[in-house]
Amino acid sequence: MRILQFAGLGLFLIAFFTFIGSLFMGDYQMTEAVAKEVISDENHQALLLPELAPMIDKTYGNQFAFASDFQSTFERVNQAFKEQQQWDKVIYTDYTFSIVKASSIGYVADHGGRLFFLIFILGPIGALLYILPQLQLLGPAGIKNHHVFHDNEKNRGIIGIAIGTFLILFYIFLYWFEEYITNWTLIVDPLSMAMNGGAASQWFLYGFMYTIAIIVMGIRMLIKYRHNNYQMIRTGSVMFFQTAFAFTIPQVLAAMSLPAPDMKNMWPLDYSFFFDYRLNEMVEAGTIGFFMLGWGIALFAIGVPLFTYLYGKRWYCSWVCGCGGLAETLGDPFRQQSSKKLSAWKIERYLIHGVLVFAVLMTSAVLYTFFTEESQLFNIGSVYVSSFDVRGWYGFAIGAAFAGVVGTGFYPLMGNRVWCRFGCPLAAYLGLVQRFKSRFRITTNGGQCISCGNCSTYCEMGIDVRWYAQRGQNIVRSSCVGCGICSAVCPRGVLKLENGENNDASRMEAPAIILGNEGVTLNV
Amino acid sequence: MSHIVIIGNGVAGTTCARHIRKRSDADRITVVSGETDHFFSRTALMYIYMGHMKYEHTKPYEDWFWEKNRIELKRGWVKDIDTSGKKLTFDSGEAMSYDKLVLACGSKPNKFGWPGQDLDGVQGLYSYQDLELLEKNTHPPKSRNNRVKRAVLVGGGLIGVELAEMLFTRNIEVTFLVRESKFWGNVLPKEEGELVSRHMRKHHVDLRLEEELDEILPDEQGRVRAVKTKNGEEIECQFVGLTAGVSPNIGWLKETGIAQKRGILVNEFLETNIEDVYAIGDCTQFETPPAGVRPMNQVWYTGRIMGETLAQTLTGNRTAYRPGPWFNSAKFFDVEYQTYGDVLARMPEHVSQFYWEHPDGEKCIKIQFETATGKFLGINTFGIRLRHEVFDQWLKDGKDVQHIVKHLRQANFDPEFYRSHEHEIAEKWNKEFPNMTVSVKKRFLVF
Ligand SMILES: Cc1cc2nc3c(=O)[nH]c(=O)nc-3n(C[C@H](O)[C@H](O)[C@H](O)COP(=O)(O)OP(=O)(O)OC[C@H]3O[C@@H](n4cnc5c(N)ncnc54)[C@H](O)[C@@H]3O)c2cc1C
Ligand code: SF4
Ligand code: SF4
Repeated sequence: MRILQFAGLGLFLIAFFTFIGSLFMGDYQMTEAVAKEVISDENHQALLLPELAPMIDKTYGNQFAFASDFQSTFERVNQAFKEQQQWDKVIYTDYTFSIVKASSIGYVADHGGRLFFLIFILGPIGALLYILPQLQLLGPAGIKNHHVFHDNEKNRGIIGIAIGTFLILFYIFLYWFEEYITNWTLIVDPLSMAMNGGAASQWFLYGFMYTIAIIVMGIRMLIKYRHNNYQMIRTGSVMFFQTAFAFTIPQVLAAMSLPAPDMKNMWPLDYSFFFDYRLNEMVEAGTIGFFMLGWGIALFAIGVPLFTYLYGKRWYCSWVCGCGGLAETLGDPFRQQSSKKLSAWKIERYLIHGVLVFAVLMTSAVLYTFFTEESQLFNIGSVYVSSFDVRGWYGFAIGAAFAGVVGTGFYPLMGNRVWCRFGCPLAAYLGLVQRFKSRFRITTNGGQCISCGNCSTYCEMGIDVRWYAQRGQNIVRSSCVGCGICSAVCPRGVLKLENGENNDASRMEAPAIILGNEGVTLNV
Repeated sequence: MSHIVIIGNGVAGTTCARHIRKRSDADRITVVSGETDHFFSRTALMYIYMGHMKYEHTKPYEDWFWEKNRIELKRGWVKDIDTSGKKLTFDSGEAMSYDKLVLACGSKPNKFGWPGQDLDGVQGLYSYQDLELLEKNTHPPKSRNNRVKRAVLVGGGLIGVELAEMLFTRNIEVTFLVRESKFWGNVLPKEEGELVSRHMRKHHVDLRLEEELDEILPDEQGRVRAVKTKNGEEIECQFVGLTAGVSPNIGWLKETGIAQKRGILVNEFLETNIEDVYAIGDCTQFETPPAGVRPMNQVWYTGRIMGETLAQTLTGNRTAYRPGPWFNSAKFFDVEYQTYGDVLARMPEHVSQFYWEHPDGEKCIKIQFETATGKFLGINTFGIRLRHEVFDQWLKDGKDVQHIVKHLRQANFDPEFYRSHEHEIAEKWNKEFPNMTVSVKKRFLVF
């Protein structure tokens, strides 16, 4: 069994390093044909091609030099137009990613299939070979958090920091330097072609890897909690929603040239839902587009209050959501790193509600512009601020930096729900409903708590569950995503997630009689 | 304003201090302990060793809590108490005076004078210091050099099972010597004892029932080398855990004039024989136990309730200890155990019982009731969680056993989507007690 695990780990590492290495394989050469194919606009061709002439057929050893040459040429052309005030000639289309990708020559371009097999088939197989033997190695089913705090990667050791660093870099490239990771998209091109008929963008690559991560690490969850039906069903649910709704269905829609949203995602997490290009796209798609628009609005306007009232925010956060899905699978080994300090809770409340307010204001500005076609909002001194600026800031600071770089990159350092806890505007909205109008609560089982601290330690949202449990009080917190892990790890059967009567008093109060001495009314 | 000094920062002492502060702003409160600076959860010691948590996770309150609530903490061992001068002396020589004194000094592991019980590599498990010693006596987690290959545990109780589970996470084989013919025989009836034994064997514990320790044998360096049992067998081992129960930690109080037998003697108001001296938690013994209360109470929740009760008395509302029906819970490796009311290992004449076990042998339920009246007395469950509030009410209302069997589902506390067994339980009940049948509907969905 151990040998199997070592082999698996070996395979996985080979796949991982091949993945990294593939970025540095092969050369880059732009032929005239490639340039013409990518820069398909004839006006742009006429303007750019003469300037690009020195680059044509020149071989570059890496994408960095190539992209830099291309970009500086491009800038020079535009700069000239700007100086001559020929605004109509300035080129706004960014060709860098496509041109770099199309110019890749050598191993990756020729042997994409081989690399695909090595990375995306052998990698997951290796991971599974590592994971599956745990069925036997962990011993009989049950909570086996042995050595979590002795483990390097799970306890902010050097491996944990390395994983975090890798994830942070990955997101930085994904969001802002996609032209350097074109080789990765080349490798998944055939799959993208097959699914949606187009070449792979960095987002296709990301969605594909995201889905693999949720499936592989979901299997790990299923094994770890095989004695716990709530965990099994919930994990199955996030695996399903990621594979079907987030990944597969959008590809099919794209293949049919329809708008291709992830239909389980919703505003304000899906912050671009009301952006002009998406509204236009839906409106133009006719009936199905209108359905998508209606569905998207109904999800947050009716779905959230209704389902959160009935089941708590868990119906979304730990059963459906993609961010939640990744946190609950890939992120599970790091859940114990979330801070339980009261001070962290204070920061959390300011941040997450601040982001919600920002999201609402930004969306209002965007809609204002959409309906009035007036984009100027206000001036700061002589600088004029448009709704496009505001949405740009939001996309950069919240959509990319917070949700991606910090939200996932900091898994090994701050726990697996950094984004969900501190940043997600949808979580803030769901949380408000859960806190004030919901049948959901975590019931504390009378006086059975022994204050051991397992529940608080393993709460990914940093809720100090024990604080409530040891005083016999039910847990009603806006941030609780209902993952049920506190209940699973409690060695005394103290906690139960349930939906009951919505009576705020009975939902939150401690039954004094069994918690304390008879005749003494507790005032906790 | 008076100065209330509490010796012991365990659950009893800490709860007492917190509740005094809740009710009184004026009193000065000092909590003394020689063990750790802050209150931590003793029940979580095992999880620190196994790496589920670190020491700081076991502290129920953040470190700023004490100053904010003006609870003074004093680290040190009290050596002597002068009850007439109302003064404590620490082993450092320091002194501290008090107006009211609360003894919440807990327990210590039993040692029955076995030859070799003080050798290197032989220890009990109670305090934080014991945990540090255990780290020293065994090897680091995932170490390549398994210094300790086999451990022998003496005495089958809860701490023994926990220690067995702990040692297994360091790849140490465990032999468990239990004097009785079944596991935890003074608490668990036969079937439950067998279920636990089976489960431990599934976890590869070498469980030896009806075997007693004779002596512990040293090597040349004075470390344990083996144990000898009463049957004359020698078991080679590098570690011995003494887990034959605990007793009140009162040896150091012998000369103080505070009355004691097995524990510090208290009345139902938790007052000792000396004015302004009180005792709570593990270290106490009731001279005349209040109705339904055991003379010695050495569990977490009784310490907590005693602390809470005494805080009332100390702040002017003299209150008797009335903890309500008994309950408790524990975990044996992967199997959880809960109990409500009184289930007796040795059942008296006038009591009957009902037992159901799941075919997988890891879930069971045991109900005891008065034969003549059918009055429900208590329930044990393994692998099934029950709702405390519901059973507390049923016990207080004096419900009969049929009511319990019929309404068991109402008390189920398992997580959602768990399979429930009330229907099977009722079917078995109806077969065994055909003149007391109940009807319970089957649930088709798992939820
Ligand atoms: C490993 C283990 C697991 C357990 N699991 C459970 C469980 O699952 N459920 C359950 O109900 N119970 C359990 N118990 C029992 C439970 O922990 C005790 O009943 C409870 O902690 C007793 O609390 P206390 O406040 O009375 O005393 P303690 O927690 O023992 O506190 C007494 C404190 O007083 C200090 N002290 C003593 N003498 C002096 C002195 N002279 N000067 C200064 N300080 C002094 C001690 O150092 C100690 O810190 C367990 C115990 C152990 C050891
Ligand atoms: S895990 Fe259970 S027993 Fe431990 S502190 Fe939390 S609720 Fe209490
Ligand atoms: S309180 Fe429990 S269910 Fe809620 S997020 Fe924390 S661990 Fe999950």
